[in-house]
Amino acid sequence: MAEGLRLEGVHKSFGRLAVLRGIDLSVAEGEVVCLIGASGSGKSTLLRCVNLLEPVDAGRVFVLGREITARGVDVNEIRRSIGIVFQAFNLFPHMRVLDNVTLAPRKALGLPRARAEEEARALLGRFGLADKALEYPDRLSGGQQQRTAIVRALALRPRLMLLDEVTSALDPELVAEVLNVIRELAASDMTMLIATHEMAFAREVADRVVFLDGGVIVEEGPPEQIFRAPVEARTRQFLQRIVEAKRL
Amino acid sequence: MNERAAGSRGSRILGDLGGGGSGRSTALAIASTVVVFGVLVLLVVSSPGWPAVRRSFLDGDIFGDSFPEIARAFWLNVRIFCIAEVLILFVALVIAVLRSLPGAVLFPVRMLALVYTDLFRGVPTILVIYILGFGAPALELSGVPRSPMFWGVVSLVLVYSAYVAEVYRAGIDSVHPSQEAAARSLGLTRGQALRFVVLPQAVRRVIPPLLNDFIGLQKDSALVALIGPVEAFRQSQIDVAGSFNYTPYLVTALLFVLLTIPLARLTDWLIARDRRRQLSGGA
Repeated sequence: MAEGLRLEGVHKSFGRLAVLRGIDLSVAEGEVVCLIGASGSGKSTLLRCVNLLEPVDAGRVFVLGREITARGVDVNEIRRSIGIVFQAFNLFPHMRVLDNVTLAPRKALGLPRARAEEEARALLGRFGLADKALEYPDRLSGGQQQRTAIVRALALRPRLMLLDEVTSALDPELVAEVLNVIRELAASDMTMLIATHEMAFAREVADRVVFLDGGVIVEEGPPEQIFRAPVEARTRQFLQRIVEAKRL
Repeated sequence: MNERAAGSRGSRILGDLGGGGSGRSTALAIASTVVVFGVLVLLVVSSPGWPAVRRSFLDGDIFGDSFPEIARAFWLNVRIFCIAEVLILFVALVIAVLRSLPGAVLFPVRMLALVYTDLFRGVPTILVIYILGFGAPALELSGVPRSPMFWGVVSLVLVYSAYVAEVYRAGIDSVHPSQEAAARSLGLTRGQALRFVVLPQAVRRVIPPLLNDFIGLQKDSALVALIGPVEAFRQSQIDVAGSFNYTPYLVTALLFVLLTIPLARLTDWLIARDRRRQLSGGA
């Protein structure tokens, strides 16, 4: 299978705090990889490094075979091929849903407004948001806002999607609708790297699960193996705590 | 529904009066207003010097005679601050954006913007007008306008842009960095993120303090008179000198108040609207 994403020896520190300490990871095209690990284990930072929102201190990142950490790459062009969805949605509050979705296609890709809106409405329809196109984000529920954020990322037709704990800020009853959207994306062969606390979901949707602790990958493997028979003691401890918290 | 709850709280000034409060509190508000103002008026009117003050400040005939001329001169004030406001909105935005630029290479640019705001907020407006109004034309450079009106407006633009730039900058800083991150993550350039995502939110938030600065500017348009142009204040001085009566000053004061009140109420309304929006759960 072709390679979607590869990280080689990625290091990242904030001041004296080393958040990523040598990450090697590759994701095949169409593969869904879930990152699990405690808060502060480096999941979000890893995703932000892949999208170049944070520059890496050392190491290399390849997307679709091309090194994006090389000098002289067009950061904006790279970002257009990678969609990222944040925990806090980060919709633009001063724009209607439709404008949130069409802003980047119009300004970054240069699509004419009519075409961008046509495509945006099709995407919104696909994710059950057709009647919300002209609403402002603060009129939507959390689940609707997060689905809008996913649509906004998809509008650029990315080859890779990064999801950063997209259900963590949602009320429990709204989690399912967002997970359904991700399921649908996974089924459509989108390459995805998902940081999540939803262990049951990771188990169901992931082709591979990666456990991060202290800025390194402690263990990775198929979900059945990671959740049923983790090899590493740290993985077992982490999953034990999750079970005790009744989250698995 | 939250909007209605906030609306029924009524305006700060009118208390329950405006929002359909109980009849008793309305009556109370009216009664206390009548008493307070009645006492104040009585105090002034019963003072020993009142007859003389009334003659020299409240002469009905002189009021009527000087009003048309002062109102005509006031039109110059209106033109001064209208031109100045448009220029300030633009100049201040440029300065604010320059000050917010990141990166070590751009340090001199940020520094320059900082020096500008420090300088023009520090020097009294009246001095800037004197220095530029008399100094700039005295250079006798070809192509440099000599008109005091021109330099008066330039002075006001320079001084008020320094204030308004700081207002803009507060607005820019108040937009959470995650908004820019979201815009950049969609492949927008830094400039596009600023223009389409950060600035629209920043400007919306600072409209009330911005209008507040403009109320100050409207009054300061009278300072331009110091270097020559006959605007309302200068015209009233001329009238006073001719009649030995101060009523024309009152005419000018009235005109300024009439002009600033709508802007002040608009500012209040915008602030109230923002508060309602926040209460209704908006971002």
